[in-house]
Amino acid sequence: MTDGGRPETSRSAAEQIDFKRELTQVVPHLRAFARGLCGRPDLADDLVQETLLKAWAAQDRFEPGTSMRAWTFVILRNAYLTDMRRNRFRGEYDEGVAERILTAPAGQEEPLHLSDLHRALLTLPAERREALLLVGAGGFSYEEAAAICGCAVGTIKSRVGRARATLTEMLANGAIPRRSTDDDVAHRAILEELDEVAAGNGVSTRG
Amino acid sequence: MASNQSQGADGDSREGTGRGRAPEWADGLKQLYDAVVEEALPDSFKDLLDRLEGVPPTRGTGDRKDADT
Repeated sequence: MTDGGRPETSRSAAEQIDFKRELTQVVPHLRAFARGLCGRPDLADDLVQETLLKAWAAQDRFEPGTSMRAWTFVILRNAYLTDMRRNRFRGEYDEGVAERILTAPAGQEEPLHLSDLHRALLTLPAERREALLLVGAGGFSYEEAAAICGCAVGTIKSRVGRARATLTEMLANGAIPRRSTDDDVAHRAILEELDEVAAGNGVSTRG
Repeated sequence: MASNQSQGADGDSREGTGRGRAPEWADGLKQLYDAVVEEALPDSFKDLLDRLEGVPPTRGTGDRKDADT
């Protein structure tokens, strides 16, 4: 590729290779985070692709040696919130995937249905859901999660605590609200819109 | 009830703060996440990553805040 800019502000070729390697390594984590946030695998993957393009475009702002996973999670999160505001995601989830990995924890009398868990997760307010995903699934510390979400550590702790309490209660009572899944027309429109994003048309013209 | 004094015995205090033991679904949440992490990466991602090298990073445009906290 040609280097049309000033060398002092752009990444060297070696740095760019490092950046791409690190970016590649976090893709599975981005997919997992996105899946947890928006439920549907296809929409989640579209979100990750959008994230990768944005991360690549913004690579000069990545500080080598810091966490690529945390940095890209911020980008993914912002893209998700933008899409949420546009009502792209409606808390859909893929029952198929969750059922396939249905699990019965050893020594537990009642098997935990991961599909129930996932569905319950998707009924949480987005900010609690993401907090729980970051800490409870992604393994981030409260401090790291707070940095990703741009809020105070105490806020993250509170959100995680509330999310846990809500999920525990839902799963204990079997009272998991159903999301509306009957609006196929709206959904098709959403998918078409996202196809454009995936094709690269929506990357720089957002917001 | 499993609310015994096992807190901290395994060195992970994250689940033990204030609200007692980790809920029984905590492992499930991790499993949901890990199951996706371990999925084979669809070709579309490999294609995209390959294509990135032909895309020059934007520099100094400063109008996108996505990468900043």
